[in-house]
Amino acid sequence: MKTQTYTLNLGPQHPSTHGVLRVVLELDGETCVGSKTHVGYLHRGIEKILEDRTYPQVIPYTDRLDYLAGINNNLVYVQTMEKMMNIEIPERAEYIRVMLAELMRIASHMVGIGIYIMDLGAISAVFYPFIEREKILDMMAHLSGSRMTFNYMRIGGLAHDIHSDFKPELDKFIVEFPRFIEDYHRLIDDNEIFIARTKNVGTITAEKAKSYGLTGPNLRACGVKHDIRKTNPYGIYNRFDFEVPVGEIGDCYDRYVVRMKEVEESFKIIQQAYKELPDGPVMAKVPKLIKPPIGDVYHQTENPKGVLGCYVVSDGTPKPSRVHFRRPSFNNISIFDEIFIGHKIADIIAILASFDFVLGEVDA
Amino acid sequence: MAIDNENGYMTQEELEEKGILLTSLDKLFNWARSWSLWPFQFGLACCAIEMICTTQARFDISRFGYEVFRNSPRQADVMIIAGTITEKMRPSVERLYHQIAEPRWVIAMGNCAISGGPFVDSYAVVPGADDIVPVDIYIPGCPPRPEALIHGMLQLKEKVNSPAKVRFKKYGK
Amino acid sequence: MENKINYQEMLTGKFGDKVVINAEKSYEVYANADNSLEVLEFLKAEGLNFLADISSADYKDYFEVVYQLYSFDDPDHLIVKVKLTHDNPQVTSLTSLWATADWLEREVYDLMGITFINHPNLERILTWEGFEGHPLRKDFVSKSGRK
Repeated sequence: MKTQTYTLNLGPQHPSTHGVLRVVLELDGETCVGSKTHVGYLHRGIEKILEDRTYPQVIPYTDRLDYLAGINNNLVYVQTMEKMMNIEIPERAEYIRVMLAELMRIASHMVGIGIYIMDLGAISAVFYPFIEREKILDMMAHLSGSRMTFNYMRIGGLAHDIHSDFKPELDKFIVEFPRFIEDYHRLIDDNEIFIARTKNVGTITAEKAKSYGLTGPNLRACGVKHDIRKTNPYGIYNRFDFEVPVGEIGDCYDRYVVRMKEVEESFKIIQQAYKELPDGPVMAKVPKLIKPPIGDVYHQTENPKGVLGCYVVSDGTPKPSRVHFRRPSFNNISIFDEIFIGHKIADIIAILASFDFVLGEVDA
Repeated sequence: MAIDNENGYMTQEELEEKGILLTSLDKLFNWARSWSLWPFQFGLACCAIEMICTTQARFDISRFGYEVFRNSPRQADVMIIAGTITEKMRPSVERLYHQIAEPRWVIAMGNCAISGGPFVDSYAVVPGADDIVPVDIYIPGCPPRPEALIHGMLQLKEKVNSPAKVRFKKYGK
Repeated sequence: MENKINYQEMLTGKFGDKVVINAEKSYEVYANADNSLEVLEFLKAEGLNFLADISSADYKDYFEVVYQLYSFDDPDHLIVKVKLTHDNPQVTSLTSLWATADWLEREVYDLMGITFINHPNLERILTWEGFEGHPLRKDFVSKSGRK
C-alpha cells in the first residue's frame, strides 16, 4: 500500500514546548522522519538594547534570560565585569553568592523535573517540587523583593547584606529538604510508566553531545564529566567538596537522574557555605561611575541549564559596546533535529521535556 | 400570597425574602460565566512561570474555580497574555485570540504585555498587547506575583458580572 | 589563568606569521579569513575540543568574529579572533568540525550579517521572515515602539 508522510506543526503555542518553541515534524504514521526546529519567537533583542544601557543597568536584563535562575545569570555578568576591571570582592559576598546560586540551581531543577514529569502525564509529581521551590523563592523575595527577577548582585559584590529573615528560613529549609528528596525518589524512581516512557528514549552518545556543544545536566547524562565549577573553578567553588554526577547512556531517564543527583550536590554546597559564612562587608570599593578600560573579556559559569558565557566589549565609555551571552539552552536544543528522527510523537514530547530549556534564554 | 403595597406588585427584595428569585437571562449567563472562567494555557515568557505557580499547591487558583487551563483556544474564555509579545509572535497571538469563541476576555499580565516593559526600546518587541487585541484587565509587575494574577481574575469576574458598572466607569454615564 | 599548553607557540610553529599572537593576552590569537578553518581544525586536534561560543563585534572599521575554545577535560582556554572588513564580511564555516557551529553561525549571520562560506543552511534564525538589516551592526537604528 502506498503511504505518504505528512507535516505536523508543533508550536509556537503548544503546552509541551515550554513557551514558544516551534518544531515542524515530518511524520510517517506516528514516527518522525524529519524535523526542523524554529526558534526566535521570544527574540527580544536584548543584546542590542544593552548597547544603550550603562554597565550596572545590564544586570536586570540578565535576570530575564533564564528566568528560572535569575541569580546565576546575574553572577556571570558581574563576574565578567569584575574580571574586566580587576575587582576583588569581599569574602562574605563570595559565600553569599555561592549560596544563592546553588539555591537557585535547586529551584530551577525543581521546575525542570516537575514540568518534565508533568508532561509525561504525572500531575502530582509537579506539586511537590513546586512547594520546595516556593520556599526558596520566599527566601529570595525577602532578600531582593522579587520572586523571579532579583537584580540582587552588583559589580563588586551584592546590593545589600542578607536579610535577618533569611537565616531562620534557610535553617528550616536545610532541615526539611532531605525529606523531600527521599519522598520524591520513592515517588518517581521506580514508577513503571515513567521508566517505560524514558528509558532508552532520546539516547545521545558522548561524541554527538560534545559536537553539538551540549552542556550542563544534558551533557553529563551522556557520561561526560564536565562541570565548569570543577574544570575552570570561578569564584570560590574550589573550596567546596562536591561530586559531579554523570549518567550512562544519555537517555531521558539519565537526564532525570543527573538532575536529581545535582540537586543533592547543590544542597551539600549550600550547607558548607552556610557553615563557613564569614562576617564583613558585602561590597568592594567600586567607582560610582563604572568605566572599564578598553578591551574585551569572556567569562563562563555553570548555570542550571549548562554553561552560560558572557562576552563584553568595552570602548572606554560608561556604556558597553557589545554584550553577548552564550546561552546554554540555545546550544542544547540545536540537537533536536537529529535526535527526534525515528521516535514516536509521544517520545518527542518526553525528549522536549527532559531537556529543560528556557525560551527566554534560547532567543535572548 | 398577599399583595400589600400600593401598586399591587411586590418588589424584588420582597420576592427574594419569600424564596422567589427573578433575573434576566443575560444576568444569569454573566453570573455563570464569571464563576467559571476557563483560561487559555498560553505562556510567552517569565510571567508564564508565575501563571503556573498560581495553579500550584500554594496559591491554588482552583479555590476560585479558575483552574481549568485549556490547551486549545477553542475551549477557553480568557486569554492571559503572560510575557513579552515579539514581532515574530505577533501573528500567532492575533490568530489565537480570534480562535477563542465569544464572549472572550484578555488579561495583560506583566509590564511587557502592558507596554513592552523593559524591552520597549527593542526592534523586535510589540509595545503592549493592546496593539493587537482588546485588553480587559492589566496586571502590573515584572513579573506580577501570583496573588496579583488572582486579584486580576477576580476583577475580571466583577467586570463580567456587572456590565452596567463597567460601562458607567468607562463612559461616565 | 595560564594555559598548561602554550598554544600561541604551537600555532606560530605550525602557521608562522599567518597567525598573529596577542602579546598582552596569553590566551588570544588572531587568524584570518583564509586560514581560520585550518587553525581551528588544528586546535581541535590538539585538545581544544569544546567550541563554546561564536560571537561577533562591530568595531565600526571592521568586524571581529570571536571563537571561544575550551576543552572538555582541561581548564585550557583559547580565543581565536578573525578580523573582517565591512566590504567583504565572509569567513569559512566550522560546521564540518562542530555541529554546534550550525546554529551559532546562523545567529551571527542573522544579527551581524557575516556570511559563512560552506554553511549548509545559512538563513535567519532569531528574527522573523521579512526582517531587513542586521540589528547588531552599529549603523542599524532600532525602531522603538515606545509611546
